[in-house]
Amino acid sequence: MSPEAAHRWRRRMAALLPPALFLAAVLSLWELAARRLGLDPLILPAPTDILAQLLAGFRSGLYPVHLGVTLLQAGLGFVLAVAAGVGLGALVARSPLLERTLNPFLIAFEAMPKIALAPLVIVWFGYGIGSKVVLAAAIAFFPVLVSTILGLRACEPGRIDVLRALGATPGQIFRLARLPSALPYIFAGVNVAVVFVLLGSIVGEFVGAKQGLGTLILYANENLETAQTFSILAVLAALGLLLHLGVEALRRRLLFWAEPVELPRA
Amino acid sequence: MSASLIAVRELSKVYPTAGGERVQALSRITLDVAPGEFVSLVGPSGCGKTTVMRILAGLLGGYTGSVVVGGRALHGPSRDIGVVFQDANLMPWRNVLANVMLPVEVLGLDRKAMRPRAEALLRLVGLAGFERKLPGELSGGMRQRVAIARALVHDPAILLLDEPFGALDAMTRDSMNVELARIAAEAGKTVFLITHSIAESVFLSDRVLVMSSRPGRIVDAIPIELPRPRGLDIIAAPAFAATVLRIRGLLEEGGAPATVTLAH
Repeated sequence: MSPEAAHRWRRRMAALLPPALFLAAVLSLWELAARRLGLDPLILPAPTDILAQLLAGFRSGLYPVHLGVTLLQAGLGFVLAVAAGVGLGALVARSPLLERTLNPFLIAFEAMPKIALAPLVIVWFGYGIGSKVVLAAAIAFFPVLVSTILGLRACEPGRIDVLRALGATPGQIFRLARLPSALPYIFAGVNVAVVFVLLGSIVGEFVGAKQGLGTLILYANENLETAQTFSILAVLAALGLLLHLGVEALRRRLLFWAEPVELPRA
Repeated sequence: MSASLIAVRELSKVYPTAGGERVQALSRITLDVAPGEFVSLVGPSGCGKTTVMRILAGLLGGYTGSVVVGGRALHGPSRDIGVVFQDANLMPWRNVLANVMLPVEVLGLDRKAMRPRAEALLRLVGLAGFERKLPGELSGGMRQRVAIARALVHDPAILLLDEPFGALDAMTRDSMNVELARIAAEAGKTVFLITHSIAESVFLSDRVLVMSSRPGRIVDAIPIELPRPRGLDIIAAPAFAATVLRIRGLLEEGGAPATVTLAH
């Protein structure tokens, strides 16, 4: 191993080891409590039982099918949310009149709990994946929109002056300065959106669906299969973490030049 | 001076303020810059020199009077002028070479043909070997060198600089001024420099235009007879000090003190 590789290895270990040890400790205590204290497995099943359910679910092919549906819904909702958020954000940032016109409605819609839309969305778009995609997109759209508007505004005027002094067109200014300057902000919004699409997808499934991990949780709960419920929660947690890490990796590749931006929480 | 590269006649500019008043930023400015000349516009902060610069750069309209650059009346940005701003304003996602190539992209020039020129300019400003570095990896002085190379890449006749080294520390600033004199001479450019440093303007220029404020107007034009090339030791020459004091006197008559520092 080269010295740099050894250094990287040590740094990775230093980052991974404490949370891994913490998880192991919590799981051991939990296991011990569940077995020794004679807790009702309907309330709190032991981690080993949850793990058994998890493996069984994947082996039987049940989980992969439902995971695929939830992931597809979240993925399509994500694409829709990012496209609509960046698109509308670019329009709003360009036109003060459009911003003045839309601003009250955007604030009202943002303040409203979008989850309340779920029953209506099911009526409009049915029990299939369409309604979940729409719900996921509706929830995830706002952080992308807000961060896009913030980002496009944050472009240093000096960068725009450089281009204007060269006689650049508004399109060139957008492409060469405004959009790249906004990307760190947009990514902060995308990082929130990636979590929100999963939320929208599951909530939609709770309200009415044929397939998906949310549906599976409802079934497991009705059948008092608490260990199965926990195993699906574990899948969702892992999925959320993976998506977050994916966005983070993409950010580091694309925005090697920028510090990460923290979004003001709405 | 019909052969002027820059000819400004009776240039006035009025800004409306938030309170509905009107502020006379520039009053009947007339100036000429001959081809190959190095001219500085010196004046205190707020005298309107940046307004002059923004008008010449094509970034500001709504003035009266005429501005002719390279024989053509100015309507918006001119390709004859390369601008260096107070901040380098590099695009942090582009490496040094790509930043220098920015005007090539905006103007739709042949990238392949222009690339050797961009590399040659980076050598001229002393940044050979830094082509692949990101702006974030450079010092303030180096970033401003990149900005100078960028301003020259599409081969404008005129280099327009607005307090280009104002954000740098005094020692870096002095050495950048020596560099600027060399770059301007080697590139054979006409230079119009805007500064609030009297010493800087005397050190660099063939002619110094002295501006005073409220309203911004040119009170005198001082030819600088010091021999070239000039090294930093010229600061000690009696002729240098006399010229600096003369300009300082003009500025004080105009009602505003200005900085005299070079090598603090």
